[in-house]
Amino acid sequence: MRFVRRYLIPRLIQYVLVTILGITMIFFLPRLMPIGPVEKMVANIQARGAYMDPKAAEETIRALREMYGLDKGLLEQYVAFWRRLFTGDFGPSLVAFPTPVNQLIATSLPWTFGLLLTTTVLIFIIGNLSGGLAGHFKRKRILKVVDGAVMFLAPMPYYIVALTLIILFAYIIPIFPIGGGYTIGAKVEFSWPFIKDVLRHAFLPAMSLILLGVATTHQIMRLIVQGVNEEGYVQYAKIGAVKERTIFGRYVMRTAMLPQITRFALGFAALFSGALVTEVVFAYPGLGSLAYRAILASDYNMLMGITTLSIFALTTSTLIIDLLNPLFDPRIRLT
Amino acid sequence: MRTLSALFRDRRFSLGAAIMSVLIILALLSLFAPYDPTEWRVVPRDLPPSLEHFLGTSSLGQDVFWQLTSAIRNSLLLALLAASISRVIALTLGLVAGYSGGVIDRVLMFFNDGFLVLPLLLIFVLLAMILKEQLSLLTMALLFGVMGWAFDARLMRSQILSLREREFTYTAILSGTPVLRLIFNEYLLFVVPLAMATLIGNMIWVTGMEVTLAYLGLTDVTIPTLGTMLHFALNHQAILLGLWWWIFAPIGAAVALFSSLYLLSVSVSEYLDPRARIQRVGAR
Repeated sequence: MRFVRRYLIPRLIQYVLVTILGITMIFFLPRLMPIGPVEKMVANIQARGAYMDPKAAEETIRALREMYGLDKGLLEQYVAFWRRLFTGDFGPSLVAFPTPVNQLIATSLPWTFGLLLTTTVLIFIIGNLSGGLAGHFKRKRILKVVDGAVMFLAPMPYYIVALTLIILFAYIIPIFPIGGGYTIGAKVEFSWPFIKDVLRHAFLPAMSLILLGVATTHQIMRLIVQGVNEEGYVQYAKIGAVKERTIFGRYVMRTAMLPQITRFALGFAALFSGALVTEVVFAYPGLGSLAYRAILASDYNMLMGITTLSIFALTTSTLIIDLLNPLFDPRIRLT
Repeated sequence: MRTLSALFRDRRFSLGAAIMSVLIILALLSLFAPYDPTEWRVVPRDLPPSLEHFLGTSSLGQDVFWQLTSAIRNSLLLALLAASISRVIALTLGLVAGYSGGVIDRVLMFFNDGFLVLPLLLIFVLLAMILKEQLSLLTMALLFGVMGWAFDARLMRSQILSLREREFTYTAILSGTPVLRLIFNEYLLFVVPLAMATLIGNMIWVTGMEVTLAYLGLTDVTIPTLGTMLHFALNHQAILLGLWWWIFAPIGAAVALFSSLYLLSVSVSEYLDPRARIQRVGAR
């Protein structure tokens, strides 16, 4: 009961408040900008060469303002915005008018989710293992080489890693496709050849995410493990001639994992933003590509929908990890 | 001076500083550029590197070398400006939250944690899509500065929390020092090194964001930065056309900039954390 009151309830309240804060921010920020999305849209239509006499432009702006409810007061708009959110309605997309935004999002979501979930889990396992090993067995030659490679890789901006991978493995040694989610013209079905095709296309995007993710996780885990190694109980186990493998697996890693589990959620969050670039670079048919199409066409509705969804995804994934945390960490369970 | 010589003992710091000086020299060279970096078609197009054009020319008819010098200058300026703005915010929030504690602390940290989980890139994209042409270096610096403080504010706060429990705080309070004077005269000294270390880390973040936005074509592409250079090279299919000098110039410069900032930040923050410092000296 004390656990519920001191951990669970504050955490749930925080979740709701942070989500509201985030969504409120993306509602108000665009409205603070000097030009509104509607004016921008009209400017875009005009710029594309379609001649529009000032009167028609005026009419269009008014019609659009009415459609978006911009003619009403700010508070009223805000309430309407929330009402639409709860019904899951983000309005029609401008790119593929009149397909509703949430339908487009629903078709791209599985692609992004599949890619991100696989890579996050792999990053978590590989990065923590290699970082833990490197921190614990400092003298091993191979681990020093890995450390050096990681030092070089970690600060690299993502698209540079991605571009290098494309240049290397799609142009110079063409073993992987340049982009896309599956071979154009292939039938989307649940069969082995199609799955193989999807995996082959997903390999380079996943690889680029994994390389960088592992590099950062490795570095952090190495530092944590080095810290844990200094602790009295580990020293004591060493003096007590506990087997090195047992010390590493049960004494060091288990303790060092705890902060990493919290980072797991944040890593998922970072990937969510990162996926935008990944999918654009690799023309992967997920949410990021959808967002990119929306950017090119100034599709405000669509971008708003994707951003809102990401905020939900991020806060929820952090909440889930936080709720799972007591399972791993008895200290939280007992406070 | 002693600090500097101690820092230069770290090979990573020397290497980072060396790369950074090369980049700064390149950036300064941009002041003597024979061509206007915003103009197109000032030199013959698609020339490979030669003595006349060190890094060749682009399909836009720009000299890649001189273009690169202004790009480095603008990217460095943007990073420094944005990071300084967010340092001021992080420092103020950290000081206030850490010193006052209680409800103020909890409210501020709630906002802080809220900021941390926001998908900032998507929010920048949303805003940049609306601003686009108005997204000059200054507005971009403001935007990144206003949004990029959350992580470091928490760091500053924890530093202040530990300072507040020190003896000298009680001495100062008991002898009637006004709070503001205590904060500015006593605490600031302790927090400034931390602010400097996080400044470098934030510069990496800002440059990364700028390149990403420019890559997506969302900034004012007429201003030469590393991001817009990459944007033009990719948009004109420089890889497919075999114009490697055009695409590798901004990538190489970005890699150099990121590695040097990273080396500097790792080395400085290790220097600031005495535990890590002792470990390093002890290991040798």
